[in-house]
Amino acid sequence: MSRYKIHLLVCGGTGCHSSESNLVYEMLRDELERKGLEKDVQVIRTGCFGFCEKGPILKILPDNTFYTQVKPSDAKEIIDEHIIKGRRVYRLLYTDPETEEHVPDSKQMDFYKKQLRIALRNCGTIDPENIDESIARDAYQALGKALTEYTPSETIDLIKRSGLRGRGGAGFPTGLKWEIAAKNNADRKYVVCNADEGDPGAFMDRSILEGDPHSVLEAMAICGYCIGATKGLIYIRAEYPLAIKRLKIAIAQAQEYGLLGEHILGADFSFDVTLRYGAGAFVCGEETALIHSMEGKRGEPSNKPPFPAQSGYLGKPTNVNNVETLANIPAIILKGAEWFSSIGTERSKGTKVFALAGKINNVGLIEVPMGITLREIIYEIGGGVKNGKKFKAVQTGGPSGGCLTEKHLDTPIDYESLTAAGSMMGSGGMIVLDEDDCMVSVAKFYLGFIVDESCGKCAPCRIGNKRLHETLGKITAGKGTQDDIEKLRNLGSVIKDASLCGLGQTSPNPVLSTLDNFMEEYLEHVHDKKCRSGRCRDLLYYVISKEDCIGCMACKRVCPTHAISGEKKEAHVINQDVCIKCGACMEKCQFDAISLMNDYPRVSATAAQTITES
Amino acid sequence: MIELTIDNKKVWVEEGTTILKAARNAGVEIPTLCHFELCGMGIESKPGGCRICVVEVEGRRTLAPSCMTEAQHGMVIHTHNTRVLNARTTVLKLIISDHPLDCLVCAKSGQCELQNLAVQFGIRSQPYEGEQSRYRKDTSPSIIRNMDKCIMCRRCEMMCNEVQTVGALAAVNRGFMSVVAPAFEMNLEDSPCTYCGQCVSVCPTGALTEADHTNEVIRALSDPAKTVVVQTAPAVRAALGEEFGLPPGTLVTGKMATALRELGFDYVFDTDFSADLTIMEEGTELLQRLQRHLAGDPDVRLPILTSCCPGWVNFFEHNFPDLLDVPSTAKSPQQMFGAIAKSYFAEKIGVSRKDMIVVSIMPCLAKKYECQRNEFKVDGNPDVDYSISTRELAAFIKQANIDFLNLPDGDFDDPLGESSGAAVIFGNTGGVIEAACRTAYELYTGKTLEKVDFHVLRGMEGIRSATVDFDGLQLNIGIAHGLGNARKLLDEVKAGKSHYHAIEIMACPGGCIGGGGQPFHHGNSEILNKRVAAIYTEDKRKEIRKSHENPSIVRLYGEYLGKPGSHKAHSLLHTEYFPKSNEVWLMSQ
Repeated sequence: MSRYKIHLLVCGGTGCHSSESNLVYEMLRDELERKGLEKDVQVIRTGCFGFCEKGPILKILPDNTFYTQVKPSDAKEIIDEHIIKGRRVYRLLYTDPETEEHVPDSKQMDFYKKQLRIALRNCGTIDPENIDESIARDAYQALGKALTEYTPSETIDLIKRSGLRGRGGAGFPTGLKWEIAAKNNADRKYVVCNADEGDPGAFMDRSILEGDPHSVLEAMAICGYCIGATKGLIYIRAEYPLAIKRLKIAIAQAQEYGLLGEHILGADFSFDVTLRYGAGAFVCGEETALIHSMEGKRGEPSNKPPFPAQSGYLGKPTNVNNVETLANIPAIILKGAEWFSSIGTERSKGTKVFALAGKINNVGLIEVPMGITLREIIYEIGGGVKNGKKFKAVQTGGPSGGCLTEKHLDTPIDYESLTAAGSMMGSGGMIVLDEDDCMVSVAKFYLGFIVDESCGKCAPCRIGNKRLHETLGKITAGKGTQDDIEKLRNLGSVIKDASLCGLGQTSPNPVLSTLDNFMEEYLEHVHDKKCRSGRCRDLLYYVISKEDCIGCMACKRVCPTHAISGEKKEAHVINQDVCIKCGACMEKCQFDAISLMNDYPRVSATAAQTITES
Repeated sequence: MIELTIDNKKVWVEEGTTILKAARNAGVEIPTLCHFELCGMGIESKPGGCRICVVEVEGRRTLAPSCMTEAQHGMVIHTHNTRVLNARTTVLKLIISDHPLDCLVCAKSGQCELQNLAVQFGIRSQPYEGEQSRYRKDTSPSIIRNMDKCIMCRRCEMMCNEVQTVGALAAVNRGFMSVVAPAFEMNLEDSPCTYCGQCVSVCPTGALTEADHTNEVIRALSDPAKTVVVQTAPAVRAALGEEFGLPPGTLVTGKMATALRELGFDYVFDTDFSADLTIMEEGTELLQRLQRHLAGDPDVRLPILTSCCPGWVNFFEHNFPDLLDVPSTAKSPQQMFGAIAKSYFAEKIGVSRKDMIVVSIMPCLAKKYECQRNEFKVDGNPDVDYSISTRELAAFIKQANIDFLNLPDGDFDDPLGESSGAAVIFGNTGGVIEAACRTAYELYTGKTLEKVDFHVLRGMEGIRSATVDFDGLQLNIGIAHGLGNARKLLDEVKAGKSHYHAIEIMACPGGCIGGGGQPFHHGNSEILNKRVAAIYTEDKRKEIRKSHENPSIVRLYGEYLGKPGSHKAHSLLHTEYFPKSNEVWLMSQ
């Protein structure tokens, strides 16, 4: 890298890629060539920077300039101004939403200040398609260290001491998992990387695989060394074409360098990795379902025990780890267990990657130390709620998680405290909701996802979640009763208690947590037929203002269900029981006398009389 | 032994025992729904899907499915506290909420395990109403699939794939629309289904039922222009009584004959007669092939495989199309009967073929398909018009208001009603080959067989092998029941590694007595054992115990067929097999 004076890092993650970052990359190279600068300035396509809200991202080294929303047409100006004349292109610099000032150095950005990037250490820094760049950033050094300096059990011990826990959701101690797989004797064992990321809006694993595939391959080899496996399998969704492409390149390059294959680094250890594609079934992120899918069987979970560490892929002991978990491993081995365990809280060590989404200013991917509060994430890193709206809740843990409120904002984030608050760590989805969101509709959205993604094997999940979803639909349609709320509670608790796998056992969380934290919204929907956010269309009412209506009868004539009554030149009234909310009256009214209200219009006795008579 | 506590009781069980079995040992009954076990036959299905059998295990976060959770030392288990009962009732109500409540008109009413649970749980309301999963109804010659009633217990899937290795049924779709179906939800008729009916025999609800042909039989009986002849298979008499509350293993041959006569059949005959006929043809074929083999003829193929079982015939047509010359060409007893009834007997009584209706009572669902096969028709007129199962006959008798239990014993009519003990044992696994040995021994050695009971050929193991001494010639015999076991023997034949001279195969576990058309055993394998014993009892009671000594058979050959294997016998009593593709053809839309 040294022969170049300047490096232009163009984000090549899926998000920026879809906003033409590829063209930006091409244009920058063309422009440099035209100016004869290609020997002095290098353009690199990197993995994700995380700041997806403002993509495509272009970062310039060594001065750390952080350009956002770069278009291909900006390439010429960037080269002319920044590279040749040394003047920053101010209009492309990130602007702090609070101070409204340009931030020239990315290190000064609030988005990055509180982050600590371990799993994402190389994302946005290196060209993931070039193994030399990974190696320059210490890739495979941890593998070499483990192979030459540690025995498998010493390595496992180191991972155990680091306190690393599974990042896929359940938080099982990784070292212990390896130890169990290591202790089960068999002629063959397998290391499986679970890259079946499926939470709506989550892309932690995808970004790691796209930005730093070698960290995962290296960790799998280390795991293979520890548990006595020679074969690694990455189960990845076929919908991640870029990650698949980069993994394939990485595997081929690692094989070529002898970092995968026979007698790695001259040691008596062989390990290779192949890819298996998932068809995108959410439940295949559950390890037994994942294994069945890899075996060519229906992607559905089975009872545990036996655990995969006892009997997994093809009946052999199998260690399944999530992408993010694995990406931490090389760093732990190189920097030591004590370094890692010094980060985080007492029981949750290290960092966690979250995908920030929803009504938040800085949508994107962040990695933060455990123990940070939700408030810090949302208001400092995330830049607060969008459009100055009021914060209502944050949904963590994906569809199996729950909605946390204002009162939980100062909770330090770790596995235990999120669970205690009624949500969960999950794989790291974090969706911010504001005052415009209806919590009943949010619960319904997640249940809709679960209904689509349930494998259908066990009855509580297959039928129970369908019934939960239907009941929520009834409530949002204004047809709910108090009984329905009781039903949600009982059904929710039975589904949690009686379902076969982790999906079913957590699927009612969005309902149960909103019932706990937003009961008043449910009660409003049920008793007042009101949705305070105005999200539930069935709970909006067309109302004619007595003051503004001149009695022209235009609305009455256009109403397809004859819901409007009133004499000529007198104020008209809409019978809410008959109104189908088509909006034709409002469109027809010349006097802006008809409006949509989210309070059920309580009709006076005389008006009611008129309605009945008409 | 490990110790655990179930409902405050100390219980000691072997390590590896499930909580369900531990509880049952201790006299604690836990309700189950999807769990299914045919004890002693190695057949068990426990997907853990219904969640009816959940129990509370202290220290465990969620409830545990007792059918598949191993008991651990020191476990403290509660099988019916409020938490458990509420979960079970809620789950049952959920299952019922996705079930068409048409019990009054359901074929499974009274035998339905879901209905029984609803009664047991005292379900009186349905608070979880909502959409129900609906599927296309699939009608095949033997089996009707009404998957609206499927509760995803997956028993049929286990039977079809693990026990029978047929692979016609598997779970498809996801979530609420999950259902067990052939690939791409094609019709069963286009799938590799063999119609063995084992899926029907384990289905807890009315999702899988037989194609009911009782109405067609009633129509024939009420047509004065038709002479209606009925034949009853060996295994029917050993099970029909169960439908009327008689203990399993009660033989009701005489009552059955009377009942059939009361129902209006003109001639009540016995498939046992044609079973004897089958032995004459199949036994002769075996001896001929054997003698050619012993003489060093390289073109002769051994082993010879029995061909009485239509499920098995379908299975090898689908799965071993290159071995079609291995099974005997002899038709099954049902079809031999039909061929003889509509030729020899019809001529005898002066009735034209088209005015004769042949009905068979079978323990089997594949027989319904078999009788519709084109090669068993003459100018479009089938040799056997309708085949109804043991269950359909029982329902028919009840429908006709016949007091079955108090019927006097009747006899079969002549001449197609006379049979030997060798024919009766066709109902049991091992029975066909034992019957064949009784005749083949005498034909081969020219000596009288003194001890007709070949105990070496009996038993319930899935694959059995025995060597029978034919006066110095050691005949290696293989027996398999259940198509998965059959596949193993066939794979050996295909690989040229089979050391057998003859193999008997029956598609259903236990043989015909465990057929897909028999009264439901609900997983009680003792019922199958008692049926087997009853069949051997009937054999023992017979004066004639060898097929070739059946006087009606001797007369049939004398008057009509000539010798076994004669040209006439061949055209009436032998058939050929057709390769069936297992490939899936996707119709282009």
